[in-house]
Amino acid sequence: MTRPVLAPNHTIDDAPGALSSLAVAAPVRLADDVLVETGLADRMAPLASPIGTLWVAWNGRGVSEVDLADDGPAAAARHEARCGRRTLLASALPGPLADAIARRLAGEPRVRIPLDLRGRTEFEVAVWTKALEIPRGEVRPYGWIAAEIGRPKAVRAVGTALGHNPVPLIVPCHRVVRTDGTIGRYSLGGPANKWTILAGEGLDPAALEDAARRGERLLASATTRIVCWPTCRNARRIKARNRVPFRSLRDASAAGYRPCKVCRPTALGSAA
Amino acid sequence: MDDTTLAERLARDLDGSFEILVHAHVDHCYAIALRVLGNPHDAEEVAQDALVRAYRALSGYEPDRIRDLRLRAWLATIVVNLCRNRGRRRALPVTPLGLLVETGAEPSADAMFDPASLVSRAEERERLGALLAALPERYRIPVVLRHVDDLSYAELSLVLGRPEGTLKAQVHRGLAMLRAAAAGAGFEELTP
Repeated sequence: MTRPVLAPNHTIDDAPGALSSLAVAAPVRLADDVLVETGLADRMAPLASPIGTLWVAWNGRGVSEVDLADDGPAAAARHEARCGRRTLLASALPGPLADAIARRLAGEPRVRIPLDLRGRTEFEVAVWTKALEIPRGEVRPYGWIAAEIGRPKAVRAVGTALGHNPVPLIVPCHRVVRTDGTIGRYSLGGPANKWTILAGEGLDPAALEDAARRGERLLASATTRIVCWPTCRNARRIKARNRVPFRSLRDASAAGYRPCKVCRPTALGSAA
Repeated sequence: MDDTTLAERLARDLDGSFEILVHAHVDHCYAIALRVLGNPHDAEEVAQDALVRAYRALSGYEPDRIRDLRLRAWLATIVVNLCRNRGRRRALPVTPLGLLVETGAEPSADAMFDPASLVSRAEERERLGALLAALPERYRIPVVLRHVDDLSYAELSLVLGRPEGTLKAQVHRGLAMLRAAAAGAGFEELTP
């Protein structure tokens, strides 16, 4: 093709009138989409659950909050005040995210749900990450988390961090119970909800509390000589006639039992 | 806020000022993507992707590098590159304008191109947009940057990495092909 030659008195910029009119404005939500995707703004949408309507906030970095509320605008205003980001209400969660949350709540352990935990302390994130390891249908005491993250004396701080969990249900802080074996408090609408959620996961919270009150804090098998947290999947397989309850890990060790490698029972620190 | 001031603010506080950049440039990014790609759905995806990539790039830049950016041309570069990647994945149906030009159907350079009345209606604007989207990429992108988004030739040169003289010739050729296509598509108003 030959090189185009400009006509002498033709300036190349004399034709643009019609073309500049092709510069139509972007759809209004495009700017918001960019801000949400970069994590500079959040969206919040409702999600039905057995304990009421959850309002889930998210951005391109992950889920940033799960709140229990009847009123979306109020939940968004609270979230905005807490995280300092503009929060836009949406009618529903994006399909893949809603699906991932549903599967996580149904107990699938390997569903990846990215979380946006900017501004949280290293300690809080360590506590929440550890809580994620507790399987559906099982519980662990605060002291177990403290021991597992290498801060055995920080039992109270673990309780506080769990109380500040911004993404309850996704990070299952409801599976962490008081060191004395009672079910304990819950940030998402109070202890009754914690009971409902644990019962929905196949546990009997009243029976757990009764056993703890009787001093049965750990459960061992007389045949394997292994001692577990009572809700550990290994403990639940022990036949009734072989069950040996213990008050503490020290008692179990003295009786010649070794701790389960799955649930890793620990010596319990001060009550939280 | 002009781009120099904006670049200074981004250098000092990216998270606090990126929203200003988005609102200042989202229409430019979208317009370029729309007219290069020729359809609103892809254009939205590309414009969003470009701005998100811009944010991630800026997060990794030293403040001095951000201060030195010519934001508008830099963003246009990201949009154009994303459009090209997309074009490679799914080639657009291109009407053979090249043939039209080479067989002499190209109108003379002084043909008037004054379709102000033409584009008074959105439907006809979209017809013109379709003709533009059908130009070969080599001409289409410079024409879009120069005449839809109104970048200077100096900025075009930054975006496309070609000398200004080459770009002027490509824009000129692109406009000529567009006139020819307009005539062929029944835009009588374009060819007196």
